[in-house]
Amino acid sequence: MLSRRSVLTGLALLPVVARAAESYAIEPEQIAEGIWMVRGADAPIQPDNGGAIANIAIVDTPAGTVLIDCGPSLRYGLALKRVAEGLTGKPVIRVYVTHLHPDHGFGLGAFDPTRAAALPGTIAAIEAQGQGFSDAMYRILGDWMRGTDLLLPRVALTAGQEDFGGRTLRLMALSGHSSADLALLDEQTGLLIAGDLVFHDRAPSTPTADLLAWCASLDRLAALDHGALLPGHGPLDPGGTAAIAQTRDWLAWLDATLTDAIAAGLDMVEAGMLPIPDRFAGLAAARYELQRSVSHFYPELEAQLLPRVDRPD
Amino acid sequence: MKAMVALLLALIAAPAQAAQDYPADPLGSPMWRAHAQILFGDDPVRFDARVKVEFPAIAEDQRAFPVAIDARGIPGVRRMLLFADLNPIPVALDYRPIHAAPYVATRIKLDQRTPVRGAVQLTDGQWLVSGGWIDAAGGGCSTPPVSRVKGDWADHLGEIRGRAWPQQNGARLRLGFRHPMDTGLVANIATYHLDHLAVKDSDGRLLAEMDMWASVAEDPALTLMPDAPAGGRLLVEARDTNGRDYVARIDVARQSPIPARP
Repeated sequence: MLSRRSVLTGLALLPVVARAAESYAIEPEQIAEGIWMVRGADAPIQPDNGGAIANIAIVDTPAGTVLIDCGPSLRYGLALKRVAEGLTGKPVIRVYVTHLHPDHGFGLGAFDPTRAAALPGTIAAIEAQGQGFSDAMYRILGDWMRGTDLLLPRVALTAGQEDFGGRTLRLMALSGHSSADLALLDEQTGLLIAGDLVFHDRAPSTPTADLLAWCASLDRLAALDHGALLPGHGPLDPGGTAAIAQTRDWLAWLDATLTDAIAAGLDMVEAGMLPIPDRFAGLAAARYELQRSVSHFYPELEAQLLPRVDRPD
Repeated sequence: MKAMVALLLALIAAPAQAAQDYPADPLGSPMWRAHAQILFGDDPVRFDARVKVEFPAIAEDQRAFPVAIDARGIPGVRRMLLFADLNPIPVALDYRPIHAAPYVATRIKLDQRTPVRGAVQLTDGQWLVSGGWIDAAGGGCSTPPVSRVKGDWADHLGEIRGRAWPQQNGARLRLGFRHPMDTGLVANIATYHLDHLAVKDSDGRLLAEMDMWASVAEDPALTLMPDAPAGGRLLVEARDTNGRDYVARIDVARQSPIPARP
Protein backbone atom coordinates (compact mmCIF):
# COMPACT_ATOMS: atom_id res chain seq x y z
CA MET A 1 0.00 0.00 0.00
CA LEU A 2 1.25 3.41 -0.86
CA SER A 3 1.90 5.76 1.99
CA ARG A 4 0.60 9.27 1.68
CA ARG A 5 4.14 10.57 1.50
CA SER A 6 5.12 8.32 -1.39
CA VAL A 7 2.02 9.38 -3.32
CA LEU A 8 2.90 13.02 -2.79
CA THR A 9 6.48 12.41 -3.81
CA GLY A 10 5.33 10.60 -6.90
CA LEU A 11 3.03 13.45 -7.86
CA ALA A 12 5.80 15.96 -7.37
CA LEU A 13 8.14 13.97 -9.60
CA LEU A 14 5.65 13.31 -12.38
CA PRO A 15 5.76 16.61 -14.23
CA VAL A 16 9.55 16.63 -14.20
CA VAL A 17 9.78 13.13 -15.61
CA ALA A 18 7.05 13.69 -18.16
CA ARG A 19 8.44 16.93 -19.55
CA ALA A 20 11.01 16.37 -22.28
CA ALA A 21 12.60 19.44 -23.86
CA GLU A 22 10.21 20.97 -26.36
CA SER A 23 11.34 21.17 -29.97
CA TYR A 24 10.78 23.54 -32.85
CA ALA A 25 8.79 22.45 -35.90
CA ILE A 26 10.79 23.76 -38.84
CA GLU A 27 8.75 23.40 -42.02
CA PRO A 28 10.25 25.18 -45.02
CA GLU A 29 7.92 26.30 -47.82
CA GLN A 30 9.37 26.98 -51.24
CA ILE A 31 8.70 30.60 -52.31
CA ALA A 32 11.03 30.97 -55.32
CA GLU A 33 13.43 28.82 -57.28
CA GLY A 34 15.95 27.54 -54.73
CA ILE A 35 14.49 29.64 -51.89
CA TRP A 36 12.40 28.48 -48.94
CA MET A 37 10.87 30.38 -46.07
CA VAL A 38 10.39 29.11 -42.54
CA ARG A 39 7.34 31.01 -41.28
CA GLY A 40 7.42 32.44 -37.80
CA ALA A 41 4.33 32.60 -35.59
CA ASP A 42 2.48 35.91 -35.99
CA ALA A 43 2.50 36.45 -32.25
CA PRO A 44 4.56 37.98 -29.46
CA ILE A 45 7.58 36.04 -28.16
CA GLN A 46 5.88 33.54 -25.84
CA PRO A 47 6.63 30.17 -24.23
CA ASP A 48 4.12 28.47 -26.54
CA ASN A 49 6.11 29.44 -29.65
CA GLY A 50 9.62 29.29 -28.19
CA GLY A 51 10.31 32.72 -29.65
CA ALA A 52 10.11 31.38 -33.22
CA ILE A 53 8.21 34.40 -34.53
CA ALA A 54 10.50 35.67 -37.29
CA ASN A 55 10.52 34.44 -40.88
CA ILE A 56 13.75 32.76 -41.96
CA ALA A 57 14.96 32.29 -45.57
CA ILE A 58 16.97 29.36 -46.88
CA VAL A 59 18.75 29.95 -50.21
CA ASP A 60 20.28 27.11 -52.22
CA THR A 61 23.35 28.41 -54.08
CA PRO A 62 25.98 26.55 -56.10
CA ALA A 63 28.52 27.36 -53.37
CA GLY A 64 26.40 26.14 -50.47
CA THR A 65 23.42 26.97 -48.30
CA VAL A 66 22.77 30.59 -47.34
CA LEU A 67 20.50 31.53 -44.44
CA ILE A 68 18.87 34.87 -43.82
CA ASP A 69 18.41 35.03 -40.04
CA CYS A 70 18.73 32.06 -37.72
CA GLY A 71 16.00 32.23 -35.07
CA PRO A 72 15.74 32.90 -31.34
CA SER A 73 17.88 30.23 -29.67
CA LEU A 74 20.64 27.67 -30.02
CA ARG A 75 18.03 24.90 -30.18
CA TYR A 76 16.31 26.64 -33.08
CA GLY A 77 19.61 27.23 -34.87
CA LEU A 78 20.57 23.55 -34.60
CA ALA A 79 17.20 22.41 -35.93
CA LEU A 80 17.33 24.97 -38.74
CA LYS A 81 20.82 23.86 -39.77
CA ARG A 82 19.74 20.23 -39.93
CA VAL A 83 16.60 20.98 -41.95
CA ALA A 84 18.31 23.45 -44.32
CA GLU A 85 21.29 21.23 -45.07
CA GLY A 86 18.95 18.28 -45.57
CA LEU A 87 16.92 20.32 -48.04
CA THR A 88 19.81 21.49 -50.20
CA GLY A 89 22.33 18.75 -49.51
CA LYS A 90 24.98 21.46 -48.98
CA PRO A 91 26.57 22.90 -45.86
CA VAL A 92 25.64 26.34 -44.57
CA ILE A 93 28.29 28.77 -45.80
CA ARG A 94 26.72 32.06 -44.85
CA VAL A 95 24.30 33.23 -42.15
CA TYR A 96 23.07 36.81 -42.51
CA VAL A 97 21.72 38.50 -39.40
CA THR A 98 19.41 41.24 -40.67
CA HIS A 99 19.36 43.29 -37.44
CA LEU A 100 20.00 43.12 -33.71
CA HIS A 101 16.73 41.65 -32.43
CA PRO A 102 16.94 38.29 -30.66
CA ASP A 103 14.18 36.54 -32.64
CA HIS A 104 16.41 36.89 -35.72
CA GLY A 105 19.98 36.31 -34.58
CA PHE A 106 20.15 34.30 -31.37
CA GLY A 107 20.46 30.95 -33.19
CA LEU A 108 24.04 31.80 -34.25
CA GLY A 109 25.62 29.30 -31.86
CA ALA A 110 24.67 26.48 -34.24
CA PHE A 111 26.90 27.82 -37.01
CA ASP A 112 30.55 28.50 -37.81
CA PRO A 113 31.02 32.01 -36.37
CA THR A 114 33.30 33.04 -39.23
CA ARG A 115 30.35 32.51 -41.61
CA ALA A 116 28.01 34.84 -39.72
CA ALA A 117 27.62 38.28 -41.31
CA ALA A 118 25.82 41.52 -40.43
CA LEU A 119 26.06 45.25 -41.00
CA PRO A 120 28.67 46.95 -38.75
CA GLY A 121 25.84 48.89 -37.08
CA THR A 122 24.10 45.63 -36.24
CA ILE A 123 27.23 44.11 -34.73
CA ALA A 124 27.79 47.23 -32.61
CA ALA A 125 24.14 47.24 -31.51
CA ILE A 126 24.23 43.57 -30.48
CA GLU A 127 27.41 44.28 -28.54
CA ALA A 128 25.74 47.19 -26.73
CA GLN A 129 22.21 45.86 -26.20
CA GLY A 130 22.45 42.11 -26.72
CA GLN A 131 22.85 41.18 -23.06
CA GLY A 132 19.63 42.98 -22.17
CA PHE A 133 17.79 41.18 -24.96
CA SER A 134 19.33 37.88 -23.86
CA ASP A 135 18.18 38.39 -20.26
CA ALA A 136 14.65 39.16 -21.46
CA MET A 137 14.58 36.07 -23.72
CA TYR A 138 15.70 33.76 -20.91
CA ARG A 139 13.11 35.29 -18.60
CA ILE A 140 10.25 34.82 -21.05
CA LEU A 141 11.26 31.53 -22.69
CA GLY A 142 13.11 29.65 -19.97
CA ASP A 143 14.25 26.21 -21.15
CA TRP A 144 13.83 27.04 -24.84
CA MET A 145 16.93 29.23 -24.46
CA ARG A 146 19.15 26.61 -22.82
CA GLY A 147 22.74 26.88 -24.04
CA THR A 148 22.11 30.04 -26.03
CA ASP A 149 25.06 32.40 -25.68
CA LEU A 150 25.25 35.94 -26.92
CA LEU A 151 27.38 35.78 -30.08
CA LEU A 152 28.46 38.46 -32.51
CA PRO A 153 28.54 37.96 -36.29
CA ARG A 154 32.23 37.98 -37.28
CA VAL A 155 31.84 39.31 -40.84
CA ALA A 156 31.04 43.03 -41.14
CA LEU A 157 29.14 43.70 -44.36
CA THR A 158 29.08 46.72 -46.57
CA ALA A 159 26.33 47.46 -49.07
CA GLY A 160 26.97 45.82 -52.42
CA GLN A 161 26.63 42.19 -53.28
CA GLU A 162 27.87 38.74 -52.45
CA ASP A 163 28.29 36.05 -55.08
CA PHE A 164 27.84 32.40 -54.17
CA GLY A 165 29.17 30.47 -57.17
CA GLY A 166 26.98 32.39 -59.59
CA ARG A 167 23.96 33.14 -57.42
CA THR A 168 24.23 36.77 -56.36
CA LEU A 169 22.54 38.46 -53.42
CA ARG A 170 22.37 42.25 -53.44
CA LEU A 171 22.87 43.73 -49.97
CA MET A 172 21.16 46.96 -48.93
CA ALA A 173 22.25 48.80 -45.79
CA LEU A 174 19.14 50.53 -44.45
CA SER A 175 17.81 51.57 -41.05
CA GLY A 176 14.70 52.62 -39.19
CA HIS A 177 13.38 49.43 -37.63
CA SER A 178 16.72 49.52 -35.85
CA SER A 179 19.96 51.46 -36.23
CA ALA A 180 21.08 49.08 -39.01
CA ASP A 181 18.73 46.93 -41.09
CA LEU A 182 19.89 44.62 -43.86
CA ALA A 183 17.62 43.88 -46.82
CA LEU A 184 18.62 41.42 -49.54
CA LEU A 185 17.58 41.00 -53.17
CA ASP A 186 18.05 37.67 -54.90
CA GLU A 187 19.17 38.74 -58.39
CA GLN A 188 18.13 35.43 -59.93
CA THR A 189 14.46 35.49 -58.93
CA GLY A 190 13.88 39.12 -57.90
CA LEU A 191 12.74 38.00 -54.44
CA LEU A 192 13.20 40.77 -51.89
CA ILE A 193 14.05 39.56 -48.38
CA ALA A 194 13.22 42.64 -46.37
CA GLY A 195 13.97 41.67 -42.78
CA ASP A 196 11.95 43.61 -40.23
CA LEU A 197 11.76 46.73 -42.38
CA VAL A 198 8.58 45.13 -43.70
CA PHE A 199 5.82 43.49 -41.67
CA HIS A 200 2.80 41.90 -43.34
CA ASP A 201 -0.59 41.36 -41.67
CA ARG A 202 1.26 41.61 -38.37
CA ALA A 203 1.70 44.95 -36.58
CA PRO A 204 5.24 46.39 -36.78
CA SER A 205 7.23 46.46 -33.56
CA THR A 206 9.21 49.54 -32.61
CA PRO A 207 11.52 49.02 -29.60
CA THR A 208 14.53 50.41 -31.46
CA ALA A 209 12.74 52.28 -34.25
CA ASP A 210 13.34 55.66 -35.84
CA LEU A 211 10.09 56.26 -37.72
CA LEU A 212 11.45 58.86 -40.17
CA ALA A 213 14.40 56.69 -41.16
CA TRP A 214 12.10 53.66 -41.39
CA CYS A 215 9.76 55.42 -43.83
CA ALA A 216 12.76 56.56 -45.92
CA SER A 217 13.95 52.93 -46.08
CA LEU A 218 10.47 51.78 -47.12
CA ASP A 219 10.53 54.37 -49.93
CA ARG A 220 13.82 52.90 -51.15
CA LEU A 221 12.45 49.37 -51.07
CA ALA A 222 9.28 50.48 -52.88
CA ALA A 223 11.39 52.08 -55.63
CA LEU A 224 13.50 48.94 -56.04
CA ASP A 225 12.77 46.71 -59.03
CA HIS A 226 11.78 43.47 -57.30
CA GLY A 227 9.30 40.63 -57.38
CA ALA A 228 7.77 38.89 -54.39
CA LEU A 229 8.67 40.07 -50.90
CA LEU A 230 9.47 38.04 -47.81
CA PRO A 231 8.70 40.20 -44.75
CA GLY A 232 10.41 39.73 -41.40
CA HIS A 233 7.03 38.81 -39.91
CA GLY A 234 3.81 37.70 -41.58
CA PRO A 235 2.99 35.91 -44.83
CA LEU A 236 4.85 36.22 -48.13
CA ASP A 237 3.71 39.14 -50.27
CA PRO A 238 3.62 37.68 -53.82
CA GLY A 239 3.10 41.09 -55.48
CA GLY A 240 5.89 42.73 -53.48
CA THR A 241 4.16 46.09 -52.91
CA ALA A 242 1.23 45.49 -50.54
CA ALA A 243 3.30 44.68 -47.45
CA ILE A 244 5.52 47.75 -47.93
CA ALA A 245 2.43 49.96 -48.26
CA GLN A 246 0.80 48.38 -45.21
CA THR A 247 3.89 48.83 -43.03
CA ARG A 248 4.17 52.46 -44.13
CA ASP A 249 0.46 53.03 -43.47
CA TRP A 250 0.75 51.66 -39.91
CA LEU A 251 3.85 53.72 -39.12
CA ALA A 252 2.28 56.92 -40.45
CA TRP A 253 -0.91 56.22 -38.49
CA LEU A 254 1.10 55.47 -35.34
CA ASP A 255 3.11 58.69 -35.63
CA ALA A 256 0.01 60.85 -36.21
CA THR A 257 -1.99 59.08 -33.50
CA LEU A 258 0.65 59.53 -30.80
CA THR A 259 1.16 63.18 -31.74
CA ASP A 260 -2.60 63.78 -31.61
CA ALA A 261 -2.90 61.92 -28.32
CA ILE A 262 -0.37 64.24 -26.72
CA ALA A 263 -2.13 67.29 -28.20
CA ALA A 264 -5.36 65.96 -26.69
CA GLY A 265 -3.72 65.59 -23.27
CA LEU A 266 -4.02 61.82 -23.11
CA ASP A 267 -1.98 59.75 -20.72
CA MET A 268 0.01 56.73 -21.96
CA VAL A 269 -2.67 54.38 -20.64
CA GLU A 270 -5.36 56.19 -22.63
CA ALA A 271 -3.17 56.37 -25.74
CA GLY A 272 -2.65 52.60 -25.58
CA MET A 273 -6.42 52.07 -25.51
CA LEU A 274 -7.22 54.28 -28.53
CA PRO A 275 -9.29 52.56 -31.21
CA ILE A 276 -7.34 50.90 -34.01
CA PRO A 277 -8.80 51.69 -37.45
CA ASP A 278 -10.74 48.96 -39.27
CA ARG A 279 -8.20 48.85 -42.09
CA PHE A 280 -5.73 47.30 -39.60
CA ALA A 281 -8.23 44.66 -38.42
CA GLY A 282 -6.25 41.97 -40.25
CA LEU A 283 -2.99 42.78 -38.47
CA ALA A 284 -2.03 40.29 -35.78
CA ALA A 285 -0.78 41.67 -32.43
CA ALA A 286 -2.03 45.18 -33.27
CA ARG A 287 -3.13 46.21 -29.75
CA TYR A 288 -0.02 44.64 -28.24
CA GLU A 289 2.29 46.55 -30.57
CA LEU A 290 0.37 49.83 -30.17
CA GLN A 291 0.83 49.61 -26.39
CA ARG A 292 4.51 48.78 -26.82
CA SER A 293 4.96 51.68 -29.23
CA VAL A 294 3.28 54.08 -26.78
CA SER A 295 5.91 53.00 -24.27
CA HIS A 296 8.72 53.45 -26.81
CA PHE A 297 7.80 56.91 -28.07
CA TYR A 298 5.49 58.74 -25.66
CA PRO A 299 7.91 60.17 -23.07
CA GLU A 300 10.21 61.62 -25.72
CA LEU A 301 7.33 62.96 -27.82
CA GLU A 302 5.82 64.65 -24.77
CA ALA A 303 9.16 66.27 -24.02
CA GLN A 304 9.13 67.66 -27.56
CA LEU A 305 5.49 68.68 -27.79
CA LEU A 306 4.54 69.99 -24.34
CA PRO A 307 5.73 73.54 -23.59
CA ARG A 308 7.93 74.48 -20.63
CA VAL A 309 5.82 75.87 -17.79
CA ASP A 310 8.42 76.28 -15.05
CA ARG A 311 9.23 79.88 -15.94
CA PRO A 312 7.87 82.60 -13.65
CA ASP A 313 5.48 84.99 -15.38
CA MET B 1 -12.43 49.08 39.23
CA LYS B 2 -14.44 50.52 36.35
CA ALA B 3 -11.32 52.11 34.94
CA MET B 4 -9.50 48.82 35.26
CA VAL B 5 -12.18 47.00 33.30
CA ALA B 6 -12.11 49.65 30.63
CA LEU B 7 -8.34 49.36 30.37
CA LEU B 8 -8.54 45.60 30.18
CA LEU B 9 -11.20 45.83 27.48
CA ALA B 10 -9.05 48.29 25.56
CA LEU B 11 -6.06 45.97 25.80
CA ILE B 12 -8.12 43.06 24.56
CA ALA B 13 -9.75 45.11 21.82
CA ALA B 14 -6.57 46.68 20.45
CA PRO B 15 -4.97 43.57 18.97
CA ALA B 16 -8.32 42.41 17.66
CA GLN B 17 -8.77 45.68 15.78
CA ALA B 18 -5.30 45.71 14.31
CA ALA B 19 -5.98 42.27 12.95
CA GLN B 20 -9.37 43.13 11.45
CA ASP B 21 -10.67 40.69 8.92
CA TYR B 22 -9.78 42.30 5.64
CA PRO B 23 -11.72 40.84 2.72
CA ALA B 24 -9.98 38.00 0.90
CA ASP B 25 -7.74 39.33 -1.84
CA PRO B 26 -9.09 38.45 -5.30
CA LEU B 27 -5.50 38.76 -6.58
CA GLY B 28 -4.15 36.28 -4.00
CA SER B 29 -1.19 38.49 -3.17
CA PRO B 30 1.15 37.36 -0.37
CA MET B 31 1.44 40.99 0.76
CA TRP B 32 -2.24 41.95 0.82
CA ARG B 33 -2.78 41.74 4.59
CA ALA B 34 0.52 43.40 5.42
CA HIS B 35 -0.18 46.36 3.15
CA ALA B 36 -3.81 46.57 4.24
CA GLN B 37 -2.79 46.80 7.91
CA ILE B 38 -0.33 49.61 7.21
CA LEU B 39 -2.41 51.55 4.70
CA PHE B 40 -5.98 51.03 5.92
CA GLY B 41 -5.58 50.11 9.58
CA ASP B 42 -8.99 49.91 11.20
CA ASP B 43 -10.88 51.62 8.39
CA PRO B 44 -13.45 49.48 6.58
CA VAL B 45 -12.12 48.01 3.34
CA ARG B 46 -13.80 46.35 0.38
CA PHE B 47 -12.95 45.50 -3.19
CA ASP B 48 -14.92 47.52 -5.70
CA ALA B 49 -14.58 47.35 -9.48
CA ARG B 50 -15.86 50.92 -9.81
CA VAL B 51 -12.30 51.93 -8.91
CA LYS B 52 -10.86 51.59 -12.40
CA VAL B 53 -7.16 50.77 -12.32
CA GLU B 54 -6.06 50.86 -15.93
CA PHE B 55 -2.74 49.83 -17.41
CA PRO B 56 -1.38 48.19 -20.58
CA ALA B 57 -1.38 44.42 -21.01
CA ILE B 58 2.42 44.25 -20.94
CA ALA B 59 5.12 46.09 -19.02
CA GLU B 60 7.26 47.04 -22.00
CA ASP B 61 9.50 49.20 -19.82
CA GLN B 62 9.72 48.20 -16.15
CA ARG B 63 11.23 51.62 -15.38
CA ALA B 64 8.15 53.46 -16.62
CA PHE B 65 4.87 51.56 -16.48
CA PRO B 66 1.79 53.71 -17.08
CA VAL B 67 -1.11 53.41 -14.64
CA ALA B 68 -4.33 55.41 -14.33
CA ILE B 69 -6.80 55.31 -11.43
CA ASP B 70 -10.22 56.55 -12.41
CA ALA B 71 -12.76 56.86 -9.58
CA ARG B 72 -14.98 59.43 -11.28
CA GLY B 73 -17.89 56.99 -11.06
CA ILE B 74 -17.80 57.11 -7.24
CA PRO B 75 -19.11 60.07 -5.24
CA GLY B 76 -17.26 61.39 -2.21
CA VAL B 77 -13.67 60.31 -2.93
CA ARG B 78 -11.24 62.22 -0.74
CA ARG B 79 -8.01 60.27 -1.12
CA MET B 80 -6.41 57.95 -3.69
CA LEU B 81 -3.47 55.58 -3.24
CA LEU B 82 -1.49 53.90 -6.00
CA PHE B 83 0.64 50.95 -4.88
CA ALA B 84 2.32 47.81 -6.18
CA ASP B 85 2.37 45.00 -3.58
CA LEU B 86 5.74 43.48 -4.44
CA ASN B 87 7.72 46.64 -5.13
CA PRO B 88 10.42 47.43 -2.55
CA ILE B 89 8.81 50.89 -2.38
CA PRO B 90 5.17 49.79 -2.61
CA VAL B 91 3.31 53.11 -2.50
CA ALA B 92 3.84 55.47 -5.43
CA LEU B 93 1.24 58.18 -4.82
CA ASP B 94 -1.07 59.41 -2.07
CA TYR B 95 -3.39 61.89 -3.79
CA ARG B 96 -6.06 64.15 -2.28
CA PRO B 97 -8.36 65.59 -4.99
CA ILE B 98 -9.85 68.35 -2.82
CA HIS B 99 -11.41 70.37 -5.62
CA ALA B 100 -10.60 67.97 -8.42
CA ALA B 101 -12.10 64.94 -10.11
CA PRO B 102 -10.86 61.66 -8.57
CA TYR B 103 -8.56 60.72 -11.44
CA VAL B 104 -4.80 60.35 -11.48
CA ALA B 105 -2.46 58.88 -14.07
CA THR B 106 1.30 58.46 -13.87
CA ARG B 107 4.15 56.05 -14.64
CA ILE B 108 5.69 53.80 -12.00
CA LYS B 109 8.66 51.48 -11.62
CA LEU B 110 8.12 47.72 -11.36
CA ASP B 111 10.68 45.54 -9.66
CA GLN B 112 9.04 42.22 -10.49
CA ARG B 113 5.68 40.65 -11.34
CA THR B 114 3.28 42.29 -8.93
CA PRO B 115 -0.28 43.36 -8.23
CA VAL B 116 -0.80 47.03 -9.08
CA ARG B 117 -3.63 48.58 -7.10
CA GLY B 118 -5.64 51.70 -6.64
CA ALA B 119 -7.34 52.37 -3.32
CA VAL B 120 -9.72 55.27 -2.81
CA GLN B 121 -10.99 56.51 0.52
CA LEU B 122 -14.47 58.01 0.77
CA THR B 123 -15.48 60.85 3.07
CA ASP B 124 -16.99 58.31 5.49
CA GLY B 125 -13.57 56.70 5.89
CA GLN B 126 -14.08 53.44 4.02
CA TRP B 127 -11.59 52.27 1.41
CA LEU B 128 -12.50 50.83 -1.99
CA VAL B 129 -9.75 48.80 -3.65
CA SER B 130 -9.18 47.41 -7.13
CA GLY B 131 -6.28 46.37 -9.36
CA GLY B 132 -4.64 43.55 -11.26
CA TRP B 133 -1.43 41.59 -11.74
CA ILE B 134 1.20 42.72 -14.20
CA ASP B 135 4.19 40.65 -15.26
CA ALA B 136 7.47 42.54 -15.37
CA ALA B 137 11.17 41.96 -15.69
CA GLY B 138 13.17 42.76 -12.58
CA GLY B 139 15.08 45.87 -11.83
CA GLY B 140 12.71 48.79 -12.28
CA CYS B 141 13.61 50.08 -8.83
CA SER B 142 17.19 48.89 -8.69
CA THR B 143 18.73 50.01 -11.96
CA PRO B 144 20.09 53.53 -12.26
CA PRO B 145 17.91 56.20 -13.89
CA VAL B 146 18.73 56.91 -17.53
CA SER B 147 19.73 60.48 -16.68
CA ARG B 148 22.22 59.17 -14.10
CA VAL B 149 23.78 56.93 -16.72
CA LYS B 150 23.88 59.77 -19.25
CA GLY B 151 25.08 62.09 -16.51
CA ASP B 152 22.87 65.01 -17.50
CA TRP B 153 20.22 64.85 -14.77
CA ALA B 154 21.47 68.00 -13.03
CA ASP B 155 21.36 69.99 -16.28
CA HIS B 156 17.64 69.39 -16.58
CA LEU B 157 16.56 69.15 -12.94
CA GLY B 158 13.45 71.20 -12.36
CA GLU B 159 12.37 71.52 -15.96
CA ILE B 160 8.61 71.20 -16.02
CA ARG B 161 6.48 70.76 -19.11
CA GLY B 162 2.73 70.80 -19.18
CA ARG B 163 -0.56 71.90 -20.61
CA ALA B 164 -4.11 72.16 -19.38
CA TRP B 165 -7.32 71.84 -21.34
CA PRO B 166 -10.91 72.51 -20.32
CA GLN B 167 -13.20 69.50 -20.28
CA GLN B 168 -16.82 68.95 -19.40
CA ASN B 169 -16.15 69.31 -15.68
CA GLY B 170 -13.03 71.23 -14.70
CA ALA B 171 -9.71 70.89 -16.47
CA ARG B 172 -7.35 68.17 -17.60
CA LEU B 173 -3.81 68.95 -16.45
CA ARG B 174 -0.81 67.14 -17.89
CA LEU B 175 2.53 67.66 -16.16
CA GLY B 176 6.03 66.33 -16.80
CA PHE B 177 8.95 66.97 -14.42
CA ARG B 178 12.61 66.26 -15.02
CA HIS B 179 13.78 64.49 -11.88
CA PRO B 180 15.94 61.36 -11.37
CA MET B 181 13.57 59.98 -8.68
CA ASP B 182 16.43 57.99 -7.11
CA THR B 183 15.17 55.02 -5.11
CA GLY B 184 18.21 54.69 -2.84
CA LEU B 185 18.48 51.08 -4.05
CA VAL B 186 21.23 51.80 -6.58
CA ALA B 187 24.80 51.72 -5.30
CA ASN B 188 25.96 54.93 -3.65
CA ILE B 189 23.07 57.10 -4.84
CA ALA B 190 20.92 58.27 -1.94
CA THR B 191 17.14 58.45 -2.10
CA TYR B 192 16.18 61.63 -3.94
CA HIS B 193 12.71 62.20 -5.28
CA LEU B 194 9.83 64.63 -5.58
CA ASP B 195 7.81 64.14 -2.43
CA HIS B 196 5.05 66.71 -2.41
CA LEU B 197 2.97 68.46 -5.03
CA ALA B 198 0.11 70.95 -4.76
CA VAL B 199 -2.18 72.42 -7.41
CA LYS B 200 -3.77 75.81 -6.67
CA ASP B 201 -6.00 78.18 -8.56
CA SER B 202 -5.22 81.84 -9.25
CA ASP B 203 -6.65 82.84 -5.86
CA GLY B 204 -4.29 80.49 -4.09
CA ARG B 205 -7.04 78.01 -3.23
CA LEU B 206 -5.72 74.47 -2.83
CA LEU B 207 -7.35 72.27 -5.47
CA ALA B 208 -5.39 69.06 -5.02
CA GLU B 209 -2.25 67.77 -3.36
CA MET B 210 -0.21 64.58 -3.28
CA ASP B 211 2.70 62.86 -1.64
CA MET B 212 5.00 60.95 -3.96
CA TRP B 213 7.64 58.27 -3.50
CA ALA B 214 10.58 57.06 -5.58
CA SER B 215 8.57 54.23 -7.12
CA VAL B 216 7.15 56.91 -9.42
CA ALA B 217 9.16 56.65 -12.64
CA GLU B 218 12.09 58.91 -13.42
CA ASP B 219 10.92 62.21 -14.95
CA PRO B 220 7.49 61.97 -13.31
CA ALA B 221 4.49 62.48 -15.56
CA LEU B 222 1.04 63.18 -14.13
CA THR B 223 -2.48 63.68 -15.35
CA LEU B 224 -4.82 65.39 -12.86
CA MET B 225 -8.29 66.91 -13.25
CA PRO B 226 -8.53 70.02 -11.06
CA ASP B 227 -11.66 72.19 -10.96
CA ALA B 228 -10.56 75.14 -13.07
CA PRO B 229 -12.41 77.04 -15.77
CA ALA B 230 -11.36 77.50 -19.39
CA GLY B 231 -8.90 80.38 -19.49
CA GLY B 232 -8.14 80.03 -15.76
CA ARG B 233 -4.64 79.83 -14.36
CA LEU B 234 -3.21 76.94 -12.36
CA LEU B 235 -0.26 77.14 -10.02
CA VAL B 236 1.73 73.97 -9.37
CA GLU B 237 4.10 73.86 -6.41
CA ALA B 238 6.28 70.84 -5.72
CA ARG B 239 9.15 69.98 -3.41
CA ASP B 240 11.72 67.21 -3.43
CA THR B 241 13.44 65.35 -0.60
CA ASN B 242 16.37 67.79 -0.68
CA GLY B 243 14.00 70.69 -0.09
CA ARG B 244 14.27 72.07 -3.62
CA ASP B 245 11.10 73.89 -4.67
CA TYR B 246 9.49 73.67 -8.07
CA VAL B 247 6.91 76.12 -9.39
CA ALA B 248 4.94 76.06 -12.62
CA ARG B 249 2.12 78.19 -13.96
CA ILE B 250 -0.22 76.75 -16.55
CA ASP B 251 -3.08 78.54 -18.28
CA VAL B 252 -6.07 76.34 -18.99
CA ALA B 253 -6.71 76.56 -22.73
CA ARG B 254 -9.88 78.34 -23.78
CA GLN B 255 -10.89 75.48 -26.03
CA SER B 256 -11.07 71.79 -25.40
CA PRO B 257 -8.50 69.68 -27.22
CA ILE B 258 -9.11 68.10 -30.59
CA PRO B 259 -9.90 64.49 -29.78
CA ALA B 260 -7.21 62.02 -30.79
CA ARG B 261 -8.12 60.45 -34.12
CA PRO B 262 -9.28 56.84 -34.16
